[in-house]
Amino acid sequence: MLAQFAGVVAILVLAFVVAAGMLIAHRLLGPSRVFDEKQEPFECGERQIVSPHQRFSVKFYVVAILFIIFDVEAVFLYPWGALFRDLGLFGLVEMASFVAVLVVGFVYVWKKGALEW
Amino acid sequence: MPELGVILKLLFLVLVVMGALLPVITWVERKQSAVMQDRIGANRADILGIRLIGLLHPLADVLKLFGKEDVVPLGANRWMHLVAPVIALVPGIITLAVVPFAGVYDFGGGPISMVAADLDWGMLYVFAVGSIATYGTVIAGWSSNSNWGLLGSLRGSAQMISYEVTMGLSLVGLFMCFNSLKLQEIAQAQDATFRVFGFLEAFGWVHALPRWLSFVKLPMWGIVLQPLGFILFLTCIMAENKRPPFDVPEGESEIVAGYHMEYSGMRFGLFYTAEFLEIPVIAMIVTTLFLGGWTIPWFSTQKIIGALNGTIGVGAATGLCLILHVLSFFLKVIVMIWLQMQIRWTLPRFRYDQVMDLCWKIMLPLSLANVFVTGIVILGIERLYR
Repeated sequence: MLAQFAGVVAILVLAFVVAAGMLIAHRLLGPSRVFDEKQEPFECGERQIVSPHQRFSVKFYVVAILFIIFDVEAVFLYPWGALFRDLGLFGLVEMASFVAVLVVGFVYVWKKGALEW
Repeated sequence: MPELGVILKLLFLVLVVMGALLPVITWVERKQSAVMQDRIGANRADILGIRLIGLLHPLADVLKLFGKEDVVPLGANRWMHLVAPVIALVPGIITLAVVPFAGVYDFGGGPISMVAADLDWGMLYVFAVGSIATYGTVIAGWSSNSNWGLLGSLRGSAQMISYEVTMGLSLVGLFMCFNSLKLQEIAQAQDATFRVFGFLEAFGWVHALPRWLSFVKLPMWGIVLQPLGFILFLTCIMAENKRPPFDVPEGESEIVAGYHMEYSGMRFGLFYTAEFLEIPVIAMIVTTLFLGGWTIPWFSTQKIIGALNGTIGVGAATGLCLILHVLSFFLKVIVMIWLQMQIRWTLPRFRYDQVMDLCWKIMLPLSLANVFVTGIVILGIERLYR
């Protein structure tokens, strides 16, 4: 069982070595001439007036909440899909009733306008 | 020694993808767009006058990125600013661990599966790792203390998590067809054919059609069993990569370069690499799930080995079969890369509301419907043959 993960661990190490190697090589090879005007965040040639760290549109939170709900639903569906032949008609009806509840919520969200941009 | 095999398989795949496919894709991106737009395209980089039709441009890119200054903007969270490109790049590489680039072979010492990490829940791993890339986008925009960067990362993260839902749901039908989450098992299940009109016999209509029709066989590929699932999944996974036509996190006329606009040098290079690395990774996942993976249509593994072992022996026949499967796999991967490039340079980009509408209002209901239609069809076929 654990032997399955040997490849995952190996590629994880490899990936971090590649990424870190590129960054370290860049730090060694690249020039470094620091002065304040250059380090300012880009703002179309102006000084930055508004800090980016402030409130932003609530729509992005709504999308994130919807994502949680529907992604949990999707996670329920994977093992069910892989075992579908064993469960048969019983499994289909059970999952249909589960998804029907979610579809009611989805229609509500849609009618409320949470999906409008 | 199994660890050595794992490392060899990993190195093979990583070297082929990062050493061969990745630089060529950055060249294809320029050259294919040039051909489609009737330009000459990249051809200026040279070594001692040798230009190689522009194939040296990837090398020039890397040298240029290394020669740039590493600028961290004022007020940025320095640590997060450094970590974000790493988080963006790493998921693309580690997805390669579960991709089967050839089948399972027995050279006498037990079966050898040509995949670095043969996880029983390989597709869950792909989803889990893929969703980590969202953090790279969010952290990059948030940490760089730039208004445009933050807007870009908000758009990008909302788009990525929306398409993740549909991407997961669009594959459930495929799992139902192949009864597995393991990529090697899904690929092996596609190493078969089915008779297209075989279901007529169950109705007793054998003689209603010309006799040759009952010999018409199709490979049991995901794209044949789940055509809608293929279209939905390809769209979603391309939207996950945030390349045109789904490049709403960027926009020269509105939010400039989006979430990676405060990045320079190799830190930007990592985002760039991640974007181009995901093209072959997407091609590999789509190939494995929908285009039969390493299989050769109409010629199953047993058929190939059975036909060859009489003349050259079982061991050599298995080896030859392995080579054919690897070639078949990479041929399909290259076709999928070409398709992605073609889509990228053909379609104009969507507006942000169109991207979100497409996901939530069209593709999510369709993928849910696909799950239940697939379920009813599978139950119907099983009832028919009982």
